[in-house]
Amino acid sequence: MITLLRFADVTLRRGGRLLFERLNLRVQAGEALQIAGPNGSGKSSLIRLAAGLLTAQAGSIERSPLALADDNIALDRELPLGRALRFWCRATDQALAHMGLLALEDVSVRWLSSGQLKRATIARVASSGAPLWLLDEPLNALDADGATLLSRLIASHLASGGAVLAASHQPLPGEWRRLDLTA
Amino acid sequence: MTLGLIARDVRRGFAGAAWLPIAFFLLVATLVPFAVGPDARLLARIAAGVLWIAALTAALLPIERLIEPDRADGVLDQLALQGLAEESIALAKIIAHWLTFAPLLLLAALPASALLAIDGPALAKTEIALAIGTPGLAALSVAVSAMTAGLPRAGALAGLLLLPFAVPLLIFAVADSLLLEGAISLLLVAGAPFIAGAAIRAART
Repeated sequence: MITLLRFADVTLRRGGRLLFERLNLRVQAGEALQIAGPNGSGKSSLIRLAAGLLTAQAGSIERSPLALADDNIALDRELPLGRALRFWCRATDQALAHMGLLALEDVSVRWLSSGQLKRATIARVASSGAPLWLLDEPLNALDADGATLLSRLIASHLASGGAVLAASHQPLPGEWRRLDLTA
Repeated sequence: MTLGLIARDVRRGFAGAAWLPIAFFLLVATLVPFAVGPDARLLARIAAGVLWIAALTAALLPIERLIEPDRADGVLDQLALQGLAEESIALAKIIAHWLTFAPLLLLAALPASALLAIDGPALAKTEIALAIGTPGLAALSVAVSAMTAGLPRAGALAGLLLLPFAVPLLIFAVADSLLLEGAISLLLVAGAPFIAGAAIRAART
Protein backbone atom coordinates (compact mmCIF):
# COMPACT_ATOMS: atom_id res chain seq x y z
CA MET A 1 0.00 0.00 0.00
CA ILE A 2 1.30 3.46 -0.90
CA THR A 3 1.13 5.95 1.93
CA LEU A 4 0.10 9.38 0.68
CA LEU A 5 0.18 11.22 4.02
CA ARG A 6 1.89 10.35 7.26
CA PHE A 7 1.92 12.28 10.55
CA ALA A 8 4.53 11.08 13.04
CA ASP A 9 4.24 12.38 16.62
CA VAL A 10 2.92 15.72 15.47
CA THR A 11 2.22 18.39 18.07
CA LEU A 12 0.41 21.60 17.17
CA ARG A 13 -0.02 24.63 19.38
CA ARG A 14 -1.96 27.66 18.17
CA GLY A 15 -2.32 30.94 20.04
CA GLY A 16 -0.83 29.38 23.16
CA ARG A 17 -3.37 26.54 23.11
CA LEU A 18 -2.40 22.92 22.63
CA LEU A 19 -4.60 21.47 19.86
CA PHE A 20 -3.11 17.99 19.73
CA GLU A 21 0.00 16.27 20.92
CA ARG A 22 1.99 13.36 19.48
CA LEU A 23 -0.64 12.70 16.82
CA ASN A 24 0.04 9.81 14.46
CA LEU A 25 -1.96 9.22 11.35
CA ARG A 26 -1.52 7.64 7.98
CA VAL A 27 -3.61 7.95 4.84
CA GLN A 28 -3.05 5.31 2.20
CA ALA A 29 -4.00 5.17 -1.45
CA GLY A 30 -7.67 4.30 -1.87
CA GLU A 31 -8.50 5.45 1.65
CA ALA A 32 -10.83 8.17 2.93
CA LEU A 33 -10.23 9.56 6.40
CA GLN A 34 -12.58 11.95 8.17
CA ILE A 35 -11.29 14.21 10.92
CA ALA A 36 -14.21 14.75 13.26
CA GLY A 37 -14.54 16.71 16.46
CA PRO A 38 -16.30 19.69 18.02
CA ASN A 39 -15.73 23.33 16.98
CA GLY A 40 -12.27 24.50 17.92
CA SER A 41 -10.76 21.03 18.22
CA GLY A 42 -8.23 21.76 15.48
CA LYS A 43 -9.76 20.06 12.44
CA SER A 44 -9.00 22.90 10.05
CA SER A 45 -5.55 23.39 11.56
CA LEU A 46 -4.83 19.72 10.97
CA ILE A 47 -5.86 20.11 7.32
CA ARG A 48 -3.65 23.19 6.91
CA LEU A 49 -0.83 21.33 8.63
CA ALA A 50 -1.26 18.45 6.17
CA ALA A 51 -1.20 20.98 3.32
CA GLY A 52 2.08 22.43 4.58
CA LEU A 53 0.57 25.85 5.20
CA LEU A 54 1.26 25.61 8.94
CA THR A 55 4.31 24.18 10.64
CA ALA A 56 4.08 21.83 13.58
CA GLN A 57 5.90 22.47 16.86
CA ALA A 58 7.12 18.89 16.93
CA GLY A 59 6.98 15.75 14.82
CA SER A 60 7.31 15.16 11.11
CA ILE A 61 4.89 15.08 8.21
CA GLU A 62 5.41 13.33 4.87
CA ARG A 63 3.05 14.22 2.07
CA SER A 64 2.56 13.42 -1.59
CA PRO A 65 1.28 16.05 -4.08
CA LEU A 66 -2.03 17.35 -2.83
CA ALA A 67 -4.87 19.76 -3.52
CA LEU A 68 -6.90 21.69 -0.96
CA ALA A 69 -10.48 22.93 -0.90
CA ASP A 70 -11.43 25.08 2.06
CA ASP A 71 -13.75 28.03 2.63
CA ASN A 72 -11.44 30.43 0.77
CA ILE A 73 -12.57 30.47 -2.84
CA ALA A 74 -9.32 31.81 -4.38
CA LEU A 75 -11.07 32.64 -7.66
CA ASP A 76 -10.97 36.06 -9.34
CA ARG A 77 -14.45 37.46 -8.87
CA GLU A 78 -14.45 39.59 -12.02
CA LEU A 79 -13.77 36.60 -14.32
CA PRO A 80 -16.21 34.01 -15.68
CA LEU A 81 -16.02 30.80 -13.64
CA GLY A 82 -14.37 28.77 -16.41
CA ARG A 83 -11.54 31.26 -16.90
CA ALA A 84 -11.05 31.77 -13.16
CA LEU A 85 -10.63 28.02 -12.68
CA ARG A 86 -8.30 27.67 -15.66
CA PHE A 87 -5.82 29.98 -13.90
CA TRP A 88 -5.19 27.06 -11.55
CA CYS A 89 -5.39 24.03 -13.83
CA ARG A 90 -5.71 23.30 -17.54
CA ALA A 91 -8.36 20.63 -17.91
CA THR A 92 -11.38 21.75 -15.92
CA ASP A 93 -14.30 20.74 -18.15
CA GLN A 94 -14.68 17.24 -16.77
CA ALA A 95 -14.57 18.39 -13.16
CA LEU A 96 -17.03 21.18 -13.90
CA ALA A 97 -19.39 18.63 -15.43
CA HIS A 98 -18.97 16.30 -12.45
CA MET A 99 -19.94 19.06 -10.04
CA GLY A 100 -22.87 20.19 -12.22
CA LEU A 101 -21.27 23.55 -13.05
CA LEU A 102 -20.97 23.34 -16.84
CA ALA A 103 -23.91 25.68 -17.37
CA LEU A 104 -22.23 28.30 -15.15
CA GLU A 105 -18.91 28.31 -16.99
CA ASP A 106 -19.51 31.74 -18.52
CA VAL A 107 -21.06 33.31 -15.44
CA SER A 108 -18.95 35.80 -13.53
CA VAL A 109 -17.69 34.41 -10.19
CA ARG A 110 -19.17 37.36 -8.29
CA TRP A 111 -22.71 36.22 -9.20
CA LEU A 112 -22.33 32.68 -7.87
CA SER A 113 -23.93 31.53 -4.63
CA SER A 114 -21.84 30.14 -1.78
CA GLY A 115 -22.95 26.60 -2.65
CA GLN A 116 -21.90 27.07 -6.26
CA LEU A 117 -18.56 28.49 -5.10
CA LYS A 118 -18.07 25.46 -2.86
CA ARG A 119 -18.71 23.22 -5.87
CA ALA A 120 -16.17 25.26 -7.82
CA THR A 121 -13.45 24.80 -5.18
CA ILE A 122 -14.15 21.05 -5.21
CA ALA A 123 -13.95 21.08 -9.01
CA ARG A 124 -10.51 22.73 -8.72
CA VAL A 125 -9.34 19.94 -6.44
CA ALA A 126 -10.79 17.31 -8.79
CA SER A 127 -9.02 18.75 -11.84
CA SER A 128 -5.68 19.24 -10.08
CA GLY A 129 -4.57 15.68 -10.76
CA ALA A 130 -3.13 15.45 -7.23
CA PRO A 131 -3.42 12.00 -5.59
CA LEU A 132 -4.25 13.44 -2.15
CA TRP A 133 -7.32 15.62 -1.65
CA LEU A 134 -7.70 17.76 1.46
CA LEU A 135 -11.26 18.94 2.04
CA ASP A 136 -12.11 21.32 4.89
CA GLU A 137 -15.81 21.14 5.76
CA PRO A 138 -16.73 19.95 2.24
CA LEU A 139 -20.46 19.88 3.00
CA ASN A 140 -20.63 23.55 4.04
CA ALA A 141 -23.17 25.32 1.81
CA LEU A 142 -23.63 22.25 -0.42
CA ASP A 143 -27.19 21.12 -1.13
CA ALA A 144 -28.26 17.44 -1.22
CA ASP A 145 -27.54 17.24 -4.93
CA GLY A 146 -24.08 18.73 -4.42
CA ALA A 147 -23.33 16.27 -1.62
CA THR A 148 -24.27 13.36 -3.89
CA LEU A 149 -22.04 14.67 -6.69
CA LEU A 150 -19.20 15.11 -4.19
CA SER A 151 -19.50 11.56 -2.86
CA ARG A 152 -19.52 10.21 -6.42
CA LEU A 153 -16.41 12.23 -7.25
CA ILE A 154 -14.66 10.98 -4.10
CA ALA A 155 -15.61 7.36 -4.85
CA SER A 156 -14.09 7.51 -8.34
CA HIS A 157 -10.98 9.25 -6.97
CA LEU A 158 -10.51 6.50 -4.38
CA ALA A 159 -11.10 3.82 -7.00
CA SER A 160 -8.33 5.28 -9.13
CA GLY A 161 -5.82 5.06 -6.28
CA GLY A 162 -6.25 8.48 -4.72
CA ALA A 163 -6.94 9.36 -1.11
CA VAL A 164 -9.05 11.93 0.70
CA LEU A 165 -8.59 13.61 4.06
CA ALA A 166 -11.65 15.61 5.07
CA ALA A 167 -12.43 17.64 8.16
CA SER A 168 -16.08 17.81 9.10
CA HIS A 169 -18.15 17.88 12.27
CA GLN A 170 -21.07 16.24 10.49
CA PRO A 171 -21.28 12.74 8.97
CA LEU A 172 -20.01 12.57 5.38
CA PRO A 173 -21.72 10.44 2.73
CA GLY A 174 -19.89 7.23 1.84
CA GLU A 175 -17.38 5.00 3.62
CA TRP A 176 -15.00 6.90 5.91
CA ARG A 177 -12.48 5.93 8.52
CA ARG A 178 -12.91 8.36 11.42
CA LEU A 179 -10.41 10.13 13.63
CA ASP A 180 -11.92 12.10 16.50
CA LEU A 181 -10.19 15.13 17.91
CA THR A 182 -11.17 16.40 21.34
CA ALA A 183 -11.50 20.06 22.23
CA MET B 1 2.91 29.69 -12.91
CA THR B 2 5.00 32.78 -12.08
CA LEU B 3 4.38 34.27 -15.53
CA GLY B 4 0.69 33.44 -15.20
CA LEU B 5 0.61 35.23 -11.87
CA ILE B 6 2.29 38.32 -13.33
CA ALA B 7 -0.16 38.37 -16.24
CA ARG B 8 -3.10 37.98 -13.86
CA ASP B 9 -1.94 40.77 -11.56
CA VAL B 10 -1.30 43.13 -14.48
CA ARG B 11 -4.75 42.36 -15.88
CA ARG B 12 -6.35 42.97 -12.49
CA GLY B 13 -4.34 46.16 -12.02
CA PHE B 14 -5.51 47.68 -15.28
CA ALA B 15 -9.07 46.41 -14.86
CA GLY B 16 -9.09 48.01 -11.42
CA ALA B 17 -7.98 51.48 -10.54
CA ALA B 18 -4.54 51.70 -12.18
CA TRP B 19 -5.33 55.25 -13.30
CA LEU B 20 -6.11 56.42 -9.76
CA PRO B 21 -2.51 56.84 -8.50
CA ILE B 22 -1.68 58.54 -11.79
CA ALA B 23 -4.59 60.96 -11.42
CA PHE B 24 -3.38 61.60 -7.88
CA PHE B 25 0.15 62.24 -9.17
CA LEU B 26 -1.13 64.77 -11.70
CA LEU B 27 -3.35 66.38 -9.08
CA VAL B 28 -0.37 67.04 -6.80
CA ALA B 29 1.59 68.46 -9.74
CA THR B 30 -1.38 70.73 -10.51
CA LEU B 31 -1.75 71.97 -6.95
CA VAL B 32 1.88 72.97 -6.47
CA PRO B 33 1.82 76.00 -8.85
CA PHE B 34 -1.26 77.25 -7.00
CA ALA B 35 0.42 76.75 -3.64
CA VAL B 36 3.82 78.36 -4.37
CA GLY B 37 2.78 80.81 -7.09
CA PRO B 38 3.34 80.80 -10.84
CA ASP B 39 6.99 81.91 -10.80
CA ALA B 40 8.49 79.70 -13.53
CA ARG B 41 12.06 79.89 -12.16
CA LEU B 42 11.01 78.82 -8.68
CA LEU B 43 8.80 76.05 -10.07
CA ALA B 44 11.57 74.71 -12.31
CA ARG B 45 13.93 74.64 -9.32
CA ILE B 46 11.61 72.59 -7.06
CA ALA B 47 9.97 70.57 -9.85
CA ALA B 48 12.04 67.37 -9.56
CA GLY B 49 11.39 67.20 -5.82
CA VAL B 50 7.69 67.85 -6.30
CA LEU B 51 7.41 65.07 -8.89
CA TRP B 52 9.15 62.64 -6.55
CA ILE B 53 6.92 63.48 -3.60
CA ALA B 54 3.92 63.09 -5.88
CA ALA B 55 5.25 59.73 -7.09
CA LEU B 56 5.87 58.52 -3.52
CA THR B 57 2.40 59.41 -2.31
CA ALA B 58 0.87 57.94 -5.48
CA ALA B 59 2.72 54.69 -4.78
CA LEU B 60 0.98 54.52 -1.39
CA LEU B 61 -2.52 54.49 -2.84
CA PRO B 62 -2.69 50.90 -4.16
CA ILE B 63 -0.83 49.38 -1.20
CA GLU B 64 -3.88 47.84 0.44
CA ARG B 65 -4.83 46.05 -2.80
CA LEU B 66 -1.45 44.44 -3.51
CA ILE B 67 -1.42 41.52 -1.05
CA GLU B 68 -4.40 41.64 1.30
CA PRO B 69 -7.21 40.59 -1.10
CA ASP B 70 -5.19 37.55 -2.20
CA ARG B 71 -4.39 36.63 1.40
CA ALA B 72 -8.00 36.91 2.53
CA ASP B 73 -9.27 34.96 -0.49
CA GLY B 74 -6.83 32.06 -0.11
CA VAL B 75 -5.03 32.80 -3.39
CA LEU B 76 -1.66 32.93 -1.61
CA ASP B 77 -2.37 29.52 -0.02
CA GLN B 78 -3.31 27.96 -3.34
CA LEU B 79 -0.20 29.42 -5.01
CA ALA B 80 1.94 27.90 -2.26
CA LEU B 81 0.22 24.54 -2.82
CA GLN B 82 1.15 24.80 -6.50
CA GLY B 83 4.75 24.74 -5.33
CA LEU B 84 5.48 28.44 -5.64
CA ALA B 85 7.76 29.82 -2.93
CA GLU B 86 6.41 32.87 -1.12
CA GLU B 87 9.47 34.77 -2.34
CA SER B 88 8.59 33.98 -5.98
CA ILE B 89 5.02 35.12 -5.34
CA ALA B 90 6.37 38.39 -3.94
CA LEU B 91 8.74 38.87 -6.89
CA ALA B 92 5.92 38.25 -9.37
CA LYS B 93 3.80 40.80 -7.53
CA ILE B 94 6.64 43.36 -7.60
CA ILE B 95 7.06 42.94 -11.36
CA ALA B 96 3.31 43.13 -11.95
CA HIS B 97 2.97 46.19 -9.71
CA TRP B 98 5.82 47.94 -11.49
CA LEU B 99 4.22 47.19 -14.88
CA THR B 100 0.89 48.65 -13.81
CA PHE B 101 2.14 51.88 -12.30
CA ALA B 102 5.59 52.84 -13.59
CA PRO B 103 4.96 53.19 -17.36
CA LEU B 104 1.84 55.25 -16.67
CA LEU B 105 3.78 57.38 -14.19
CA LEU B 106 6.55 58.04 -16.70
CA LEU B 107 3.88 59.07 -19.19
CA ALA B 108 2.10 61.28 -16.67
CA ALA B 109 5.39 63.04 -15.90
CA LEU B 110 5.12 64.67 -19.34
CA PRO B 111 1.99 66.76 -18.65
CA ALA B 112 3.23 67.28 -15.10
CA SER B 113 6.46 68.77 -16.45
CA ALA B 114 4.46 71.33 -18.39
CA LEU B 115 2.59 72.33 -15.23
CA LEU B 116 5.85 72.74 -13.31
CA ALA B 117 7.79 74.57 -16.06
CA ILE B 118 10.43 71.85 -16.41
CA ASP B 119 12.50 72.24 -19.59
CA GLY B 120 13.55 69.42 -21.92
CA PRO B 121 16.93 68.36 -20.45
CA ALA B 122 15.64 68.53 -16.86
CA LEU B 123 12.62 66.48 -17.85
CA ALA B 124 14.84 63.83 -19.43
CA LYS B 125 16.86 63.66 -16.19
CA THR B 126 13.72 63.33 -14.08
CA GLU B 127 12.32 60.63 -16.36
CA ILE B 128 15.53 58.62 -16.10
CA ALA B 129 15.57 59.04 -12.32
CA LEU B 130 11.94 57.89 -12.15
CA ALA B 131 12.66 54.91 -14.39
CA ILE B 132 15.55 53.87 -12.12
CA GLY B 133 13.72 54.53 -8.88
CA THR B 134 10.30 53.04 -9.60
CA PRO B 135 11.40 49.37 -9.41
CA GLY B 136 12.69 50.05 -5.90
CA LEU B 137 9.48 51.84 -5.07
CA ALA B 138 7.39 48.93 -6.38
CA ALA B 139 9.47 46.46 -4.34
CA LEU B 140 9.08 48.56 -1.22
CA SER B 141 5.32 48.85 -1.78
CA VAL B 142 4.89 45.08 -2.06
CA ALA B 143 7.06 44.42 1.01
CA VAL B 144 5.15 46.95 3.12
CA SER B 145 1.87 45.66 1.73
CA ALA B 146 2.77 42.11 2.79
CA MET B 147 3.86 43.26 6.25
CA THR B 148 0.59 45.09 6.89
CA ALA B 149 -1.76 42.57 5.20
CA GLY B 150 -4.66 41.64 7.44
CA LEU B 151 -4.07 44.43 9.96
CA PRO B 152 -6.78 46.97 10.74
CA ARG B 153 -6.12 50.44 9.28
CA ALA B 154 -3.26 48.96 7.27
CA GLY B 155 -3.14 51.93 4.90
CA ALA B 156 -2.01 54.47 7.50
CA LEU B 157 0.53 52.07 8.97
CA ALA B 158 1.83 51.28 5.48
CA GLY B 159 2.52 54.97 4.91
CA LEU B 160 4.52 55.20 8.14
CA LEU B 161 6.53 52.14 7.16
CA LEU B 162 7.11 52.98 3.51
CA LEU B 163 8.04 56.65 3.55
CA PRO B 164 11.17 56.43 5.77
CA PHE B 165 12.55 53.60 3.64
CA ALA B 166 11.91 55.67 0.52
CA VAL B 167 14.07 58.57 1.83
CA PRO B 168 17.40 57.30 0.42
CA LEU B 169 15.76 56.75 -2.96
CA LEU B 170 14.37 60.28 -2.84
CA ILE B 171 17.68 61.89 -1.80
CA PHE B 172 19.75 60.32 -4.55
CA ALA B 173 17.08 60.70 -7.22
CA VAL B 174 16.70 64.44 -6.66
CA ALA B 175 20.44 64.95 -6.16
CA ASP B 176 21.13 63.49 -9.62
CA SER B 177 23.28 60.68 -8.18
CA LEU B 178 21.84 58.12 -10.54
CA LEU B 179 24.39 55.42 -9.67
CA LEU B 180 23.63 55.65 -5.96
CA GLU B 181 19.91 55.80 -6.70
CA GLY B 182 20.29 52.69 -8.86
CA ALA B 183 22.16 50.97 -6.01
CA ILE B 184 19.37 51.74 -3.53
CA SER B 185 16.74 50.65 -6.03
CA LEU B 186 18.59 47.36 -6.65
CA LEU B 187 18.96 46.78 -2.92
CA LEU B 188 15.22 47.23 -2.44
CA VAL B 189 14.36 44.96 -5.38
CA ALA B 190 16.76 42.28 -4.12
CA GLY B 191 15.66 42.44 -0.49
CA ALA B 192 11.92 42.99 -0.78
CA PRO B 193 10.94 39.50 -2.02
CA PHE B 194 12.50 37.92 1.07
CA ILE B 195 10.85 40.35 3.46
CA ALA B 196 7.49 40.04 1.71
CA GLY B 197 7.83 36.24 1.53
CA ALA B 198 8.54 35.97 5.25
CA ALA B 199 5.65 38.34 5.99
CA ILE B 200 3.25 36.24 3.88
CA ARG B 201 4.29 33.10 5.77
CA ALA B 202 3.98 34.83 9.14
CA ALA B 203 0.51 36.15 8.32
CA ARG B 204 -0.81 32.64 7.70
CA THR B 205 -3.35 31.42 10.22
